[in-house]
Amino acid sequence: MSHEHTDRHQPRQPGMPAALGEPRRTLRLGVGGPVGSGKTALVAALCKALRSELALAVVTNDIYTTEDADFLRRAGVLADDRIRAVRTGCCPHTAIRDDIAANLTAAEDLEREHAPLDLLIIESGGDNLTATFSRGLVDLQIFVLDVSGGDKVPRKGGPGISQSDLLVINKTDLAGQVGADLSVMASDAAAVRRGRRVIFTSVRERPDSPEVADWVRAAVRDKAA
Amino acid sequence: MVNSKHGARECQAAGRARAIGASLLLLADSRLPAGAHAHSGGLEAAVAAARVDGMTGLEGFLRGRLATAGLTAAGLAAAACQHAAAVAGGAPPRWRELDAEAAARTPAPAQRRAARAQGRALLRVARVTWPHPLLDTLDHASAAQAAGPGVMHPVDPGECMDGPFHPVALGACAWLAGGTPPDAAVIAASAAITGPASAAVRLLGLDPLAVTGLLGGLATQVTALADKACQAMANGNWAALPAPASPGLDLLAQQHVQQEVALFES
Repeated sequence: MSHEHTDRHQPRQPGMPAALGEPRRTLRLGVGGPVGSGKTALVAALCKALRSELALAVVTNDIYTTEDADFLRRAGVLADDRIRAVRTGCCPHTAIRDDIAANLTAAEDLEREHAPLDLLIIESGGDNLTATFSRGLVDLQIFVLDVSGGDKVPRKGGPGISQSDLLVINKTDLAGQVGADLSVMASDAAAVRRGRRVIFTSVRERPDSPEVADWVRAAVRDKAA
Repeated sequence: MVNSKHGARECQAAGRARAIGASLLLLADSRLPAGAHAHSGGLEAAVAAARVDGMTGLEGFLRGRLATAGLTAAGLAAAACQHAAAVAGGAPPRWRELDAEAAARTPAPAQRRAARAQGRALLRVARVTWPHPLLDTLDHASAAQAAGPGVMHPVDPGECMDGPFHPVALGACAWLAGGTPPDAAVIAASAAITGPASAAVRLLGLDPLAVTGLLGGLATQVTALADKACQAMANGNWAALPAPASPGLDLLAQQHVQQEVALFES
């Protein structure tokens, strides 16, 4: 047995991409945001709106059990074998950002079993404002806030609010009841997002979420182009 | 300087002869993105069954896990490291045999799934961190296409064949990262308890300083156990690799996957 200290692997040439295999055709879309902001309801809305025109599947990362996956199954939005649940060891943000292994495995399996897949939605477990998806896991990400968390939330920023490709501010129907000023949320979000898109919606009032579905449609078209 | 209480001084002495490589440190780092953070090694089920509820219970759990699952993993990892060197040198791969030895030492289906899932994730890391043709002989998906006699195939056709067992993948990666069988064994033995210890901090709110102190107290035993595993794997007689039974851990692994509420994958 040799005891030299050098590594035995064959290092990649500088500039060679680390990416594996052939380019992926499936758009991987992350949906993240705080607990209770409406991530699962939005994912269900997107599935209902898009399932007839796109081949899609969903990975859920609930912090407890497989509740989100069960919700999607009960809602009948997708066949059972198109929904996979990942457990995150008490750390929902780790599973989408620092150590994406379990989510990658679920994504690879769903993409192989249902090839060709147009869209794979990865829903994060509910987390705090610092959560964000790794670019190694998703192509694009939606961050979901709701107005009942208070109209100061967008001002607080954080990677999800400032860097997500789309910020969805949900439950606009509750704004009056919780005293949230939507115009304050809009201007604060615009200030930290440098022009990235923001959509105000109420998934309860518009269960098909047409604006968000349109945004996803365009993203899938761009990926295919 | 490092406190010698836990055998650190002996490690220092060894370190003068042979410094551990930075690449190997990556493999031993709990931040390696290979999915370990979501596996508790039966600790979550033990907590759910009120068998572990504090530091005393955790220490007993870790000692038991080290002596059983830790020793088994250390032997397999050392053997895999040695075999990786042979395969890279042109010897025909015998991964299928080693896979069978690992399967024979892993009776609980839930543990097999967890070990293969982590082996698959580790191979994914290795492909970008320590790229080498050797990895293709370990990956059952690409090996199935190669269809060589010694490459990876399901031992039990009914079993979900997700990837190599984690200790086997770990041993091969240890060799790629510049390590020796003793390095592979100590990393595998250590990982057998550091993962559950971290899970205990998260599940029970234990003091992370106290838990790290507990791990430090076990370090000498980890090293001794790795030595024992290496002696057993000498001469390539894999049937003689350590195979201590741990029915308690087997049962906890099965209980875990039946639980309504589970935060960890295993």
